[in-house]
Amino acid sequence: MSAPRTNTPPTNTPPTNAPAADAPTTNDATRAEYCVVACAEAWRDAGEILASPMGTVPTLGARLARLTFAPDLLLTDGEALLIGDTPALGAPPETVEGWLPYRQHLALVATGRRHVMMGASQIDRHGNQNISCIGDWARPTRQLLGVRGAPVNTLNNPTSYWVPKHSPRVFVEHVDMVSGVGYARAAEAGPSATRYHRIPEVISNLGVFDFDTPDRTMRLRSLHPGVTVEQVQEATGFALTVPAEVPYTRAPDADELRLIREVLDPGDLRAREVPA
Amino acid sequence: MSDKTMSAEEAVGRLRSGMTVGIGGWGSRRKPMALVRALLRTDVTDLTVVSYGGPDVGLLAAAGRIRKLVAAFATLDSIPLEPHFTAARQRGAFELEELDEAMFMWGLTAAAQRLPFLPVRAALGSDVMKVNPRLRTVTSPYDDGEEFVAVPALRLDAALVHLNRADIRGNAQYLGPDPYFDDLFCQAADTAYVSCEQIVDTADLLKDAAPQSLLIKRAFVTGVVETPGGAHFTSCTPDYDRDEPFQRAYAQSARDPEAWRAFTDRFLSGDEPAYQAAVTAFHEERT
Repeated sequence: MSAPRTNTPPTNTPPTNAPAADAPTTNDATRAEYCVVACAEAWRDAGEILASPMGTVPTLGARLARLTFAPDLLLTDGEALLIGDTPALGAPPETVEGWLPYRQHLALVATGRRHVMMGASQIDRHGNQNISCIGDWARPTRQLLGVRGAPVNTLNNPTSYWVPKHSPRVFVEHVDMVSGVGYARAAEAGPSATRYHRIPEVISNLGVFDFDTPDRTMRLRSLHPGVTVEQVQEATGFALTVPAEVPYTRAPDADELRLIREVLDPGDLRAREVPA
Repeated sequence: MSDKTMSAEEAVGRLRSGMTVGIGGWGSRRKPMALVRALLRTDVTDLTVVSYGGPDVGLLAAAGRIRKLVAAFATLDSIPLEPHFTAARQRGAFELEELDEAMFMWGLTAAAQRLPFLPVRAALGSDVMKVNPRLRTVTSPYDDGEEFVAVPALRLDAALVHLNRADIRGNAQYLGPDPYFDDLFCQAADTAYVSCEQIVDTADLLKDAAPQSLLIKRAFVTGVVETPGGAHFTSCTPDYDRDEPFQRAYAQSARDPEAWRAFTDRFLSGDEPAYQAAVTAFHEERT
């Protein structure tokens, strides 16, 4: 992959090095299913750690990862139990393998044995994330959740983000209240902040993004099939680094598609988060 | 052997305007709602509320009883945003001390351990530092020399929590999957009021439960209130799940002052038995 450059002018040229003709025969995979696989990939090689997905598609991704290439992941039922099997969304587990009440979950963050995928109401090019409020914090125009665990998550364990609807209102030049800490802010705050800080990926309904650039700003890593570079740039409120060649996001293979459709999400909840 | 049983009215009758009150549970889970409802029937106001916020925060905010909120969030869980909390914030109704979820836990722990602060690796680089000018950092005295945030102790004048069972002396038991932070709230407080679904004989607490379900020790409890359905409409597993239809009605009451007035007239204008009767009628109307 060639050196990244910023401010790439919009182009209608489709990305090169698209999947070759020998790609799996899964070209009927929906956008939501590509997103599930992209989320699952975030936990590849994660080892024996807790996967903390927030949202439908990340939850499917974490479960798919455990059923395929990341079998050692720990997963919760969304409450206080670690599930021993990997059931469909909304279904109770048959086996419980552990107990993780909130007090232990919050303490586990600082052990680093966790990779969380949070949502983002706003995210900027440095990876600063906001879920707290829109407008002036002192009297917001729109109060959202509050910072929740974003400040502790980002300083202690890998924190990725999932954005189901990529738009300039989410991908902004500056976030209104830095909840999750981005690379530049962590660097300014010093070694205690950077020591365990890592934002592996941002995944949206349009593509996969990372911070693998010299100045640790956001880069387009892959496009979901059917999406153009121009489309991503129009939906992004800041200058994104776009490499000269952008690959497509990996397609789900036949077994992954079967697991998503028949085992993990027979009710197609994924399509509610990412409509076809 | 002291009998600490009292009514919800007696418990909240010991609260004063201006106090710092911690409220147990998490989001819309096992909140001491009967105690909050009783509090709404007093004229106690100007409160500093410390909570992993749910409809406890929403109700007190809507009623204008909060001077300052210490929280990392407020949510109804199945409804992500607590609409009365968001409305109150948007009209600038109270001061907010916004902490991270983990900072909150260590702040309560510091208070329980009678420490002025505990160091945490959190908030550095985030705007939590900017909006909380009272937060200070501390440098490790050891060779690493790392800098951490010194989370100040969240000491409470009073704690309100709701559990499944208790005895008359204040030993209290949770039977669901998560203790939340209710023991810490009680230990961090000068006085603590435990409401429960059922008061049982001490000897019966462990008849069908393991010893580690005994979450709260009587040494940290001032009063015990038996109030079945006392967490309604939040969940209190295994006694009952969250009342989702009622929670939706509660959330819709935040739409405008008219809707809120209708909700309070219907559900919050009487005592606890009147509330429970109105909830029963609400469900009968739906079927």
